[in-house]
Amino acid sequence: MDILLTKYLGTFGEGLWVTAQFTVVGFIGSMILGVVLATFRISPVAYLRAVGLIFVEIFRNVPLVSLLILVVYGLPEIGITIDYLPSVMIAMILVGASFACEVFRTGINAIPSGQVEAGRAIGLGFFGVLREIVFPQATRAMVQPIVTLFIGILLSSSLAGVVGVMDLTAQVSFINNKEALGLVTFLVAAVIYATIALGAGAVGARLETRLRVLR
Amino acid sequence: MSTQQVLFDAVGPKARRRVMILTIVSILVTLGLLILAYAQFYQSGQLAPSKWAEFKQSSTWRYLLKAFGNTALAALGAGAIALPLGLFLALGRLADAKLVRWPCTAVIELLRSVPLLLIIYIFVSALPPYGINPDVFWKLVIPIGLCSGATIAEVFRAGILALPKGQTEAAIAVGLTPAQAFRLVVFPQSVRIVLPALIAQVVILLKDTTLGYVVSYGELQQSGKVLVASTGHLVQTYLIITIVYIGMNIVISNAASAIDRRMSRRRAGVAGPAPQDATERQLSTIA
Repeated sequence: MDILLTKYLGTFGEGLWVTAQFTVVGFIGSMILGVVLATFRISPVAYLRAVGLIFVEIFRNVPLVSLLILVVYGLPEIGITIDYLPSVMIAMILVGASFACEVFRTGINAIPSGQVEAGRAIGLGFFGVLREIVFPQATRAMVQPIVTLFIGILLSSSLAGVVGVMDLTAQVSFINNKEALGLVTFLVAAVIYATIALGAGAVGARLETRLRVLR
Repeated sequence: MSTQQVLFDAVGPKARRRVMILTIVSILVTLGLLILAYAQFYQSGQLAPSKWAEFKQSSTWRYLLKAFGNTALAALGAGAIALPLGLFLALGRLADAKLVRWPCTAVIELLRSVPLLLIIYIFVSALPPYGINPDVFWKLVIPIGLCSGATIAEVFRAGILALPKGQTEAAIAVGLTPAQAFRLVVFPQSVRIVLPALIAQVVILLKDTTLGYVVSYGELQQSGKVLVASTGHLVQTYLIITIVYIGMNIVISNAASAIDRRMSRRRAGVAGPAPQDATERQLSTIA
């Protein structure tokens, strides 16, 4: 245990930093691309709806491991060289965004259609209805799924180790291979992941109560 | 009727022109992207027939079929662990006794907030020194079963909670014991409610088995690695394998949502909250 603190505290830190970058960039990127995709999927333009649907179907059903391997090892082969970290982030965002899109879409669909009709009746357009009526209400229904998405992205960032990027999980495995400290090393990592995930869950629960509207 | 059809008016002449312009622009953009992708593939020589040669041989496909068999076997094994474990944990979390409820809750929450790969690493390199050193198949399947079991526990719990309380009360009123009430009345109905979610879980299991790539278990993704090592045709092999996964998973998830839609139509008249949306359940394991 001592050796973990003295010799490998930095290694843990490095791994955690990589994991944190993947999680934060992956989450924000997924949300942004997810909003774009959701707009596609509810837009009046049939072609864009189809594009959104195909994108979501592909990236919701692809195993992230397969996608990571294709992006990280495959892109250089067809002459596109991107650094390791951004490649992993791209793969994570493609998958995360397709899930985020579905979160937004289900959130929007949960709004009673009478609300939208009322908005249209007072003269709001497509974006007006979206901004003034649908979005404020949908956000409340979406807090919990978004937190789940965040946790999913945090956990899936561990797969970066599969393509040789040293995130927290990969570093832990590396330390164990060098020192054979047994379970302890892994338990420390597990506690870190669980703390972040459960912490996010708690923040989400608080946010949900604060956003709740009493009718 | 869903909101999305109400969000915009039936388009008038002015809007129709706008929609037309947007359609043309976006078609051009996608076409441009596709041409760009094609050019990249072409220029890097990845489209040369020689690079795809092995996929014209039936031996390659036989090899991949065998690998797919191993993928199915791993998913099946993990499911065989996850289903009973999930049911057990769900019942534990719903139990009245705190001594049962708390540990089960803790196990579920912990397994749901730790990456699968970390648990696989524990089985691969942390446990063997303690004398726990199962076959590589189990080093992949047990961790998947554990993680998936925790997810399934929450699915079952949601299904049980979604059932109106009157069902249990009525069963007890006609003289069944609480255990009988659960077995004969609550459980069969809950299973029907969560069936789409359980089918959707198969997609997650299949995705998880790709981690056989890490532990060198001969499933589809790992077999791709072996193939690439001998042919060097990385892009082609992984592309084909990835497309196989996507196709397979699309079929399964669409089957799940078709059943979901059919059942929610049938449920429409019955009171009680609908269980979570299928998408939401998948989120926690987007891997």
